Amino acid sequence: MTVTTTPKFVGMRVLRKEDPRLITGTATYTDDIVLPGMVYAQFVRSPHAHARIKRVDTAKAKQAPGVVAVLSGADAAATGTLPLFVNVPGIKQSKHFPIAADKVRYAGDAVAVVVADSHAAARVAAALVDVEYELLPVVVDGEKALAPGAPIIHEDLGTNLACTYPFKGGDIDKAFADAEIVVKQRLVNQRLIPNAMEPRSVVAKIDGNELTLWSTTQIPHFVQLFVAINLGIPQNHVRVIAPEVGGGFGSKLNVYAEELVVPFLARQLGRPVKWTEDRREGYLATTHGRDMVHDVELAAKRDGTLLGLRVRTVANIGGYLQAFAPVSATILHVFITPGAYHLPAYDCEVKVAYTNTTPIDAYRGAGRPEAAYIIERIMDRLADEIGMDPAEVRRKNFVKPDAFPYTTVSTLVYDSGDYAKALDLAIERSDYKGFAKRRDETERRGWYRGIGLSSYVEICGLAPSKANAALGIGWGGYESARIRVNPLGTVQVWTGTSPHGQGHETSWSQIVADQFGIRPDDIEVLHGDTLESPGMGVGTFGSRSLAVGGIAVHKAAQRIREKVIRLAAHLLEASPDDVVFEGGKLFVKGVPEKSKAFGEVVFQLYLAANLPDGMEPGLESIVYHDPENFTYPFGTHVCEVEIDPETGAVEIVRYTAVDDCGVQINPMIVEGQLHGGIVQAIGQALYEGAVYDENGQLLTGSMMDYHVPTAADVPSFTLDHTVTPSPVNALGVKGIGEAGTIGAAPAVVNAVMDALSSIGVKHLDMPLTPERVWRAIRAAKPMEVRK
Amino acid sequence: MSRAISITVNGTTQSQEVEPSLLLVELLREQLHLTGTHVGCDTSQCGACTVLVDGRATKACTVLAVQADGATVTTVEGLATGGALHPVQRAFQAQHATQCGFCTPGMIISAVDLLARNAKPTEAEIRHAIKGNYCRCTGYQNIVRAIEAAAAEVGR
Repeated sequence: MTVTTTPKFVGMRVLRKEDPRLITGTATYTDDIVLPGMVYAQFVRSPHAHARIKRVDTAKAKQAPGVVAVLSGADAAATGTLPLFVNVPGIKQSKHFPIAADKVRYAGDAVAVVVADSHAAARVAAALVDVEYELLPVVVDGEKALAPGAPIIHEDLGTNLACTYPFKGGDIDKAFADAEIVVKQRLVNQRLIPNAMEPRSVVAKIDGNELTLWSTTQIPHFVQLFVAINLGIPQNHVRVIAPEVGGGFGSKLNVYAEELVVPFLARQLGRPVKWTEDRREGYLATTHGRDMVHDVELAAKRDGTLLGLRVRTVANIGGYLQAFAPVSATILHVFITPGAYHLPAYDCEVKVAYTNTTPIDAYRGAGRPEAAYIIERIMDRLADEIGMDPAEVRRKNFVKPDAFPYTTVSTLVYDSGDYAKALDLAIERSDYKGFAKRRDETERRGWYRGIGLSSYVEICGLAPSKANAALGIGWGGYESARIRVNPLGTVQVWTGTSPHGQGHETSWSQIVADQFGIRPDDIEVLHGDTLESPGMGVGTFGSRSLAVGGIAVHKAAQRIREKVIRLAAHLLEASPDDVVFEGGKLFVKGVPEKSKAFGEVVFQLYLAANLPDGMEPGLESIVYHDPENFTYPFGTHVCEVEIDPETGAVEIVRYTAVDDCGVQINPMIVEGQLHGGIVQAIGQALYEGAVYDENGQLLTGSMMDYHVPTAADVPSFTLDHTVTPSPVNALGVKGIGEAGTIGAAPAVVNAVMDALSSIGVKHLDMPLTPERVWRAIRAAKPMEVRK
Repeated sequence: MSRAISITVNGTTQSQEVEPSLLLVELLREQLHLTGTHVGCDTSQCGACTVLVDGRATKACTVLAVQADGATVTTVEGLATGGALHPVQRAFQAQHATQCGFCTPGMIISAVDLLARNAKPTEAEIRHAIKGNYCRCTGYQNIVRAIEAAAAEVGR
C-alpha cells in the first residue's frame, strides 16, 4: 500500500471557512439578535463639549409612549467607573462614569439613557429628556490644552496633562554636537475615525442569575471581567459573546460605557435590552485614533549616517482615558520610532493632554503608524537636504542582517530581519529605476509625478507578560487555547483570540490540521464566547493573534499529538519515537500496513480499557502561551503618484509592497490584511481627518463629511514578500494585521512630497487633500496665470 | 397610522402592515427577519443595506417601505437558486473578497446589479460601480478580482 502523505496546510491558500455564512447573509451580528420581550436603549448625549450638568429632568420622557425607564447619571452611578488597563508612570485620571452626572467633557458624553419598547419610541423619548447645562470654556487642541490658562477638563486633577512619558538612550547631546546636518520637521498625525463597518451594539439578557451579554467587541473576556466586577455578578454567571463582529481596528478594544449600562438596565428591568449606535452617534461616542503632533529633529552626517533623533510629541487623548488609551501615545510610539535603523542616540518625550473631544484610543497600528511616519518622513527630509537617494540613505543606516537579535537604542530586542533584502525586492518590483522616465512622460502632460519609499519595522506579538508588567500594562500578554477531541474523533478548538474579520477559524485549523494529519475542514474553531473557552482570553488586537494565540493553538495541538502517539505506541507495542503520525494514521516506522486510525486511538482514550500506566483517559488540552519576546515584522513600500496641478488631486498610479511577516500560515489572508491596511493608511495620507471647531463640535460628524476611501479612490497593489522566520516562536510567525497601515502612509506622503519638490514644497501635513495640495501649488507658483 | 402593502421578497409575495415612516431596510430586518441586509450608516453613504428593488441596486435605508408597495425585492438571502450559490457569491469566497463580512451582502448585490447591466466591466467600471459600498477591511482589491471572476464565469 502507499503511505498517505500529510498535506502541509500551513502555507496554503486555504479558502476561508467563515465565508459561507457571510456571503449568504446568514451570519449573526449583535444587532441581528432579537429576544422575546426585548426593549431598546437610547442614550441622551451632550450637545456641548464642556458643561456642568445643572439638572436632568426625565419626567416628560418617562411619560412618552412605550417608555419603560429613563435613567440619569445619578441613577446609573451603581454601574461603577470605566476601567483603565494601563498605568504608565505618573498617569493622572479621574473617575469616568458611564453616564456623566456632574459635567460633560466632550460633545457626545452620555447624560441619560431612555429605554422603550421600540427603538423608535426610545429615540422620540430621548429628545424629551430636559438637561440644563452651564457652559464652560472649551479646548479641543492638545497643545492649547497644555498652555497656561486653558480650561481644566478634570478639575480634581488640576491640570490637563495626563502624563509625561520620557525616554532617553545613548548620548543625545553628543549626537547633536557632532552633527553635520540637523533636519527639523513638525509632523502631524491627524485625528482619525476608525469606521468599522458594523456600528457598535450591545444586547443583554438576564435569566435567573445568569447574565448573557452579546457585544461587538475584540475582547469578550475583559468585558466579562469588568461586567462581573462593576455590576457585582459572580464571574461564572456572566457569559459574554462576541458573535460575528463587523470589523474593529481598535475601536472595539475597550470596555465601553454601554457594555456596563445595558446589562445594568437588563437586570433592573428584568427584560432583554438592546442598544445599537447609529453612525453619527458612533462618530461621537466610539473612540477615535491618533491625534498627535511631533516636533522631530534628526542629527546626521552629510554622508547620510544617522547620529541621533529627538522627538517631542503632544498626544491629544480626548475627554477621558479609555482602556488602552495611553498605550498608543506612549509605549507603542516611543519605543519603535527608531525603526529599521542603527541609531546611536534617541530622546523622545510625550505629553498626553486631555481636551474636550471624543476619547482617543488604539486605531489600527496604534502608535506604530505614528512612529513609522516620524522616522520615514524625516529620513526623506534628510535625503532631500543632503541630495541622496532616499533608498540609499535607508540602506546605509539599516540594522544589518547579521546583527540580530539586535538591541535598539530604545531597548527593544528585534528578533530577526533582513531590511535590505525587502528594500531590494521592492525596488525591483516597483521598477524604481525606471521612475525618471515615467516622470518625464507625466511632466510632458503638465502634471507632477513623485515616488516615495517607506521601510518600516513594527512591533507585534503583544506581549511577554513580564514586559507588560514592566511597562505598566495591567494584565498579562499571554493567549489561551483549548482543544478537545471528542470520543468519535471530531476536533474542537477554542481560542482566546476574538477575530472580527481576520479569519482565525481558517488559519487556526490549518495549524491544527498539520499536527493531526487531517484536513482543516475536519476541525471546528470556536471563539468569542466566554462559556466554553479557556478561563481567560486576551483578545485580538496589536497583530498579536497569530504570534501569541496561534502559537497557543499550536502548543495545544502538539500536546494532543504527543498523547495520541504515546497511546499508539502502546497499542502497537513500539517506542513512541518510532511511531509515525501522518495522514490521519499512526503506524510504526516502516510498517505502514499495520496502522491505527487517529479516530481509533482517540476512541481508545475514552474507552480507557487499555491505557499505559499513568495515562489519563480523555483527550483535551488547555494552553496558556506566554511569548518570550515581541515579534518585529518589516518591509518596504513604494508608492508612485501623479498630481493634477489644476485640481491638486493626488492619484496613486503604482503601489508596490514587500512585507515580511515571517512564516505565512495562509498567504491569501496575509494579502487581504495588507490590502485593507494599505487602504486605511491611504485614507490617513490623502483623505481622512476628524475636524472640530473651537466649540468642540465635530464638523466631520457623519460619513457625508468624513471621507472613508472608496473603491474608486484606490488602485490595485502589487504585493511581494520575503520570509525571515521569527526565532521567538515555534511557527516562525510574526503578524500582519497592521503592517499595511504602518508602512503605507509615509510612502504615500513621501511620494507626494517628491512630486512637489520640483516647485520647492518641503512638507505638507496629512491628509493631502486636493485643496491642501492645490493651495501649496498655488503658493509655490503664484505668478502663473491660467489661460 | 399603519398601511397595508404588498411586496415580493426573494420570490414570496406577501402583505405587510407598515408604519408610514418605516424604512425598507427596517421592514426587511425587523418585520421579515432578513438580517443579511445590514445598516452601516445613517446618511446613505456606506451601502451595507443595498438590495435589488425591481432589479436595480437600491440602498434600502433610503426607501420607505410604503414606496416599495408592489415592488419585487431581492436580498442577499435570495440570491442562491435551488441550493446553488450565485456566481458572485462563489467568487467572493474564491477570491477572499470578504473579511468581517458586514459590507459583503450589499457589496454582492451591487456586483450583481453591475453584471446585469454590464457583463464585461473593466476594473475602472467595477470600482466606479461599487463606490457607493464602503468596505473597511479588504481594501477592495479582492472584491474587484471577485467581480471580474464572476463576470468571466457568467460570460462563459
